[in-house]
Amino acid sequence: MRFDQRHLLGIAPLRPEEITTLLDLAENYVDLSRQRDKHGNALQGLTQINMFFENSTRTQASFEIAGKRLGADVMNMAMQASSIKKGETLIDTALTLNAMHPDLLVVRHPHSGAVDLLAQKVNCAVLNAGDGRHEHPTQALLDALTIRRAKGRLHRLNIAICGDIVHSRVARSNLILLHKMENRIRLIGPPTLMPPGIDAFGAEVYDDMREGLKDVDVVMMLRLQKERMDGGFIPSEREYYHRYGLDAEKLSYAKPDAIVMHPGPMNRGVEIDGTIADDINRSVIQDQVEMGVAVRMAAMDLLARNLRARPNHLMGADGV
Amino acid sequence: MTRTLLTNAKLIDPEAGTVTHGALLIENGLIADRFDVPNPDGVDAEVVDLGGKHLAPGIIDIGVKVGEPGERHKESFKTAGLAAAAGGVTTMVTRPDTTPCIDNPEALEFIKRRALETSVVKMLPMAALTKGRDGREMTEIGFLLDAGAVAFTDCDRVIRDTKVVSRAMTYARSLGALVMGHPQEPTLSKGAAATSGKFASLRGIPHVTSMAERMGLDRDIALVEMTGARYHADQITTTRALPTLQRAKDNGFDVTAGTSMHHLTLNELDVADYRTFFKVKPPLRAEEDRMAVVGAVRDGLIDIISSFHTPQDEESKRLPFEEAASGAVGLETMLPVLLRLYHSGELDLPTLFRALSLNPAKRLGLPAGRLSKGAPADLVQLDVDKPIVLNRFKLNSKSKNTPFDGARLQGKILSTWVDGTQVFPFPEGTDA
Repeated sequence: MRFDQRHLLGIAPLRPEEITTLLDLAENYVDLSRQRDKHGNALQGLTQINMFFENSTRTQASFEIAGKRLGADVMNMAMQASSIKKGETLIDTALTLNAMHPDLLVVRHPHSGAVDLLAQKVNCAVLNAGDGRHEHPTQALLDALTIRRAKGRLHRLNIAICGDIVHSRVARSNLILLHKMENRIRLIGPPTLMPPGIDAFGAEVYDDMREGLKDVDVVMMLRLQKERMDGGFIPSEREYYHRYGLDAEKLSYAKPDAIVMHPGPMNRGVEIDGTIADDINRSVIQDQVEMGVAVRMAAMDLLARNLRARPNHLMGADGV
Repeated sequence: MTRTLLTNAKLIDPEAGTVTHGALLIENGLIADRFDVPNPDGVDAEVVDLGGKHLAPGIIDIGVKVGEPGERHKESFKTAGLAAAAGGVTTMVTRPDTTPCIDNPEALEFIKRRALETSVVKMLPMAALTKGRDGREMTEIGFLLDAGAVAFTDCDRVIRDTKVVSRAMTYARSLGALVMGHPQEPTLSKGAAATSGKFASLRGIPHVTSMAERMGLDRDIALVEMTGARYHADQITTTRALPTLQRAKDNGFDVTAGTSMHHLTLNELDVADYRTFFKVKPPLRAEEDRMAVVGAVRDGLIDIISSFHTPQDEESKRLPFEEAASGAVGLETMLPVLLRLYHSGELDLPTLFRALSLNPAKRLGLPAGRLSKGAPADLVQLDVDKPIVLNRFKLNSKSKNTPFDGARLQGKILSTWVDGTQVFPFPEGTDA
């Protein structure tokens, strides 16, 4: 079992065996979380700070529960209401927090690369909880665990990622992870929501939903990120729903046992039909939420082990 | 004044396109004579043996940002002048995008005086094309010309209102003033920090299509055709803009184009893990674009290479990539960095100095940029083969934001002369 990372900044730096290690450990934490007594002690004595520079309820709650279940002291900081408003730079905020000796720093930031920058300046383990349009690694890992449990494997699957690809860090992390694990990936969406040059990532690009969904094993829907859109990417939500919303008719083109996923929060009637989302035979959306906690427990556990293995890990960032 | 004979030099002559062994006689700040033998006899002068190293006309760098007025903590005329001298730049043509901007004759007089008092190299100022660089009202182009402005530009702020540009260009034409444009479609490039493509998509950086440069150039060239103005495109950095430029030249319009040292030597992948010192404007392009632009410099389609020296302090760069300031310092690093293209066989030395010295001089109507009799003795002596490792903290600029920190380069500047006076290596007592 190998996991040689100091931080979890993205999927890109992970090797396939590290992904498998993490998912295997997460399986244990699924079992733990299903017991009445859910307490582990892997993070006993460690301090976890959740720093969210962007609104989040679900991801923050998931990280908080994951930390608490493993015995960490968890603190949440809503950075939007804090010193950023007073003009403090990201690096100064990081240095201030660093002086309080946290062990695990969970960060979400609206700008791509901001979490990498922060990780260079602190000496604890940093987990990326989403940076701009770049990566959201724990989401991709929880999706991978969900797929592996539902399909019995995480390779040689046909997987469609549909909708607002261009604004989605979830799509990027998933694309990288699923590609590393040797799956065939299709990206489906209107060309205005497709990032340029994306076909070079080893994915097939479709702008027709029915054509793209043909014979896939997994359908991943993405939320239409209205808050990130400046200017018209689509003519209207109803036309979007008509052409790209997942309903029973479009889903019928996929394999009969294809599963439906969504990272949440959903816009019912925009990208997904409510009855599909609630169909317990097809939708694994609730499982994804459950796997989210387990995957985050596993990620923090592995990083904490590496942290404890480093001598004097509190001394100096980047060996300085 | 003394007569100085620079002997035993390899003369890089961009006019003739040659590199030959020879000597130069300097008198009263001018090149008084040129000899085709390395050690001419019977010349009554103080002899300086250049040891067989290269001697070229000094660089005329169009588009240098100095932090005066407004941001002297980033760069002053003194430090910019020292950096220029150490980089073989003998004339800095300054940008007007200061705070406040140079949009009136009084401000222009101020910076000219500051440069005269503190800079060891020559300085020629450019002025804004519209008041406040707001793109609404043209500046006093006539008065500014009289005060010494050599060109008019709003720098990287593209004037959106085409009617305003067309009037300013029409007016500039009546005075023969040179207008410098930043070819870019402003609504497409708004908020962009990278060029569209695989890299920007992978890193999730807001991006602009390289086509935006062609659209901007297409508009500006149409305005040149309409108004007859003298026009210089500050930076052409993409393959797609080249046919437009070629057509404009074929049609005989009074159009020239420049490019930057960074776009000739770096590509978008150099940004790697969000390294903000590589954030420039326009953003770095794909490798195919870089190669095409180098080819255009070689063919003479692109006339001028500049550093677009833009000092930024550490605070404005130590930010997430999208929020970080654009620009890099280049006065001191440009020549060693561009020698990469010489060593890789992409450009020969006369071609390089045609774009660095001769063409800028021609475009601005200056007698410099040549090694001919009667030209000012603005010269740079360099050892093109000497390996150096660039250390940003040793730069003379107040700001150290170079993307070439730690780069292994080949080429060292040995001396710089301005009007026959040696300004580099710095004389004893210079507090550099």
